[in-house]
Amino acid sequence: MSTITYRDPAEHAGHPPLSHVRKVAMWAFLGSECLFFGSLISTFLLYRNRTGDGPTAADIFDVPFTSISSFILLMSSLTMVLGHYASERRDFRRMRVWLLATALLGMTFLAGQVFEFTEFVDHGLTVTTSPFGSSFFVLTSFHGGHVAIGVIMLLATAFMSFGGKLRADGGMNVELVALYWHFVDIVWIVIFTVVYLLQV
Amino acid sequence: MTEAAHRPHPKPREYWAIALVLGVITAAEVTVTYIDALGGAVVPLLLVMAAAKFWLVVAWFMHLRFERPLYRNLFVIGLIAAPVLFGAVLFTFGVLIGG
Repeated sequence: MSTITYRDPAEHAGHPPLSHVRKVAMWAFLGSECLFFGSLISTFLLYRNRTGDGPTAADIFDVPFTSISSFILLMSSLTMVLGHYASERRDFRRMRVWLLATALLGMTFLAGQVFEFTEFVDHGLTVTTSPFGSSFFVLTSFHGGHVAIGVIMLLATAFMSFGGKLRADGGMNVELVALYWHFVDIVWIVIFTVVYLLQV
Repeated sequence: MTEAAHRPHPKPREYWAIALVLGVITAAEVTVTYIDALGGAVVPLLLVMAAAKFWLVVAWFMHLRFERPLYRNLFVIGLIAAPVLFGAVLFTFGVLIGG
């Protein structure tokens, strides 16, 4: 008696492919993340002028430095999409190079954020200084947390590929990580303009 | 629904071109903030450039212009709901609570 092996358990039941379901779930998650960051950005805009005795945005923001950080994160989206392209062509060696490059750029961005936070604390702005400080640190820290999670996902995906675990999924794992990473990038595009450029 | 329902994705050359445009827009954004002569035009200029960068990444790097409408709709719902939420927060704090 012969048995039929389905790569996707949903295929036989007339259900949508699992890859489609996973992608729908990721897009729904990203849609909900728009609301999450929307609420944090709204809070920042409400409290941006409530600086109390602490420093204002114009006193402490270093726009050239943050511009370089923004450029680094933007370029990480390029390396990410090139990694995704390589995974679709099953060029796993090149995919790993681009994924690791993306993780490196993400870590560079995070290092810049840590440096920036340290500078702000030295200049008297902490999370408890004023409503401006609280809303700024909460917003940018949550974004940094998302970047850190993205870096972990990138490194995990790159290392999974060494064991051949990505060969059977048609590039879907890399595509989902890529969607998450690009989302983190577009959130920063908004933060960079609204929080930094419009406040100085 | 078939996996071939979406349009073919771009090639690396197009991705590099998009990245170049993103870099140029970022440089323009920073430049604009240093030009005092622009006055009140700075804010709309910055918002337009941020929107352009946002659209380039979403449409090309996230492939949304090549994908099924369902994915786009899920994301657009969140995008529309975010400013609605902002309006609700402004209304609540500004009108109901009084700032």
